[in-house]
Amino acid sequence: MNVVRKIIEKTGWPRLIIGLFLLSLFILAPFVGVKISTSLKDTVVRFGMNGILVLAMVPMIHSGCGLNFGLPLGIIAGLLGGTMAMELGATGPISFFIAILIATPFAVLFGWGYGALLNRVKGGEMMIATYVGFSSVAFMCMMWLLLPYKNPTMVWGYGGTGLRTTISVEGYYLKALSNFLKIEIGGFTFPTGMILFVAFLCFLMWLFLRTKTGTAMTAIGSNPVYAKASGIKIDRIRTISVILSTWLGAVGILIYQQSFGFMQLYMGPFYMAFPAVAAILIGGASINKASILNVVIGAFLFQGILTMTPSVMNSIIQTDMSEVIRIIVSNGMIIYALTRVVKGARK
Amino acid sequence: MKKLQMKTILKFAENNAVPLLFLVIVAFGIPLSGFSMNYLVQEIIVRLSRNSFLVLALLIPIMAGMGLNFGMVLGAMGGQIGLIFITNWNIVGLPGIGLAMIISIPLSIILGWMTGKILNKAKGREMVTSFILAFFMNGVYQLVVLYGMGTVIPISNSSLILSRGYGIRNTVNLINIRQTLDRLIPLKIAGIQVPVATFIVIVIVCVFIVWFRKTKLGQDMRAIGQDMGVAEAAGINVEKTRIIAIVLSTILAGFGMILYLQNIGTLNTYNSHEQVGMFSIAALLVGGASVNKGKISNVFLGVILFHLMFVISPMAGKNLIGQAQLGEFFRVFVSYGIISIALVLYAYRKLRAKELSGSALANAQEEK
Repeated sequence: MNVVRKIIEKTGWPRLIIGLFLLSLFILAPFVGVKISTSLKDTVVRFGMNGILVLAMVPMIHSGCGLNFGLPLGIIAGLLGGTMAMELGATGPISFFIAILIATPFAVLFGWGYGALLNRVKGGEMMIATYVGFSSVAFMCMMWLLLPYKNPTMVWGYGGTGLRTTISVEGYYLKALSNFLKIEIGGFTFPTGMILFVAFLCFLMWLFLRTKTGTAMTAIGSNPVYAKASGIKIDRIRTISVILSTWLGAVGILIYQQSFGFMQLYMGPFYMAFPAVAAILIGGASINKASILNVVIGAFLFQGILTMTPSVMNSIIQTDMSEVIRIIVSNGMIIYALTRVVKGARK
Repeated sequence: MKKLQMKTILKFAENNAVPLLFLVIVAFGIPLSGFSMNYLVQEIIVRLSRNSFLVLALLIPIMAGMGLNFGMVLGAMGGQIGLIFITNWNIVGLPGIGLAMIISIPLSIILGWMTGKILNKAKGREMVTSFILAFFMNGVYQLVVLYGMGTVIPISNSSLILSRGYGIRNTVNLINIRQTLDRLIPLKIAGIQVPVATFIVIVIVCVFIVWFRKTKLGQDMRAIGQDMGVAEAAGINVEKTRIIAIVLSTILAGFGMILYLQNIGTLNTYNSHEQVGMFSIAALLVGGASVNKGKISNVFLGVILFHLMFVISPMAGKNLIGQAQLGEFFRVFVSYGIISIALVLYAYRKLRAKELSGSALANAQEEK
């Protein structure tokens, strides 16, 4: 009995409920005529699409900046990279890497400024991060209208100025990664390239966390006083973590787009931080602790719920409640994490 | 003497940077928009009567040191559920408004109590927690209104129900109570409609808040806002008082939402409450309030300045660049930007004060 209680305590009720919920969806699926194999494949694709956006949470959690609700800032860097690569006329899969290349300086610049800001507001990072994300998205809404893009596939047909709300990346980097080494299994294409790329970046992050800088980052997150006493330059390391998070956000959205096929501008990135935050928390992270395993498990569980609920629920009660369930699950998980008492010296 | 004057002016400018900035924006925007003065005055009076109550709901948690209550959205949901019921029962006019308020009270108490409990577990992270809580409860609200009403909760009025047989329609026409309070005491000054009765209600709330500050409970809240540890040591039940602060704010927000919607006349079942939190908070901050300081004067100044900006920016954008959409994006940007600036300033000052007191302590020890 004690063992069970301990396991429950360690996983936490919400995580347990979400896990059981997903399990019951998988059990129910065959009875209501939903093919598990298709759902699993969809889950894999969505996992690949969102994996890096979830991974982007890791550096900032490690350095004690909390959950990166300012992810839209990184996404904007990615959008700038994508649109500029298209504007420059890069086509085909290579444009994906050009997009990353162009996005990088923006991500570094944004991340640096964002990090400098967060260093001045220690203790209130998360709320400010949220609003930095929101206001940068709103600011870019004006910029998308005003920036002098010319490529006819991107600008509004009638006015000739201002970017469209959704831009197709067909002919540019559509499936640039997904189609690499793809494996066809019974009408479904396994996006080997995308999964490999995600795994590669996760591995790099795993390596990075074991370098000197990475260890310093973890030290700040778990005990800032101790970190300061052992001579770690807290502000510098924190800035690096924010830049890293922002860059991963930029790469993450490009991976998302190459699989999804469209680029969503204007209010598109507005709420994109929340699913990523929820996913890593479901995977077992807390607001100052996260591992790569949390990312993988979390992205998989969360995307699993998102793919399974509409199909299974639809078959059972003939209505699509998935949106409501998504809202409750993701935000419920975030609230749970925020109300946990953080062990360590973080105050 | 002159130097001293300069200093006071600078100090004034520093303390009121946000309202002054807005004054400049509005001063540039009004001529650009090309609206007549009469139109603008009418708009401001309408918006003052519509929004002030909601913004006033934010003051009590600020007093208790809990920051900006993003959870006021929960109160707004309670108010909306009240309105759905009175529309269902076809209750007309002032009794309808009254009944909607009465229905919203227990809902607000439950929701507020829950918010308070959760925020007590997240001390120091109240704002971000209440912010996410609003999203979370939005899901629950949708569950109740979109799936529960018409199935578990009986709704007899078929004009409210979606064609599939259950769930409330996206828009609910509040014709029964539309502007009944605003038009209760008609007054027209130089062609401008003034909703006297609504303003009387708003004044009553202001008086209530002023009175409340002086009560024992209000003093306790202020003590908690100053220093939670000291208040606890002084024998104040911190957790309970904080819950009461949030419950009061939630109830007021519910009332505020009902007044807001009786002025507008239609309820967007799934959207009305979403924006209310952000706009109320932005308005309060524009009025010069901050995360730990809020006065009644901030509310009115803020509503006037913020909504002036809101009214003029699409037209100003159109006349300036030829795109009304740009002005719309601009006002969204300003709403979010202003909240960001206020949050940053507050956190920055708090951190600096902490560092200063830390180094002062170190100096004092060295001198010994």
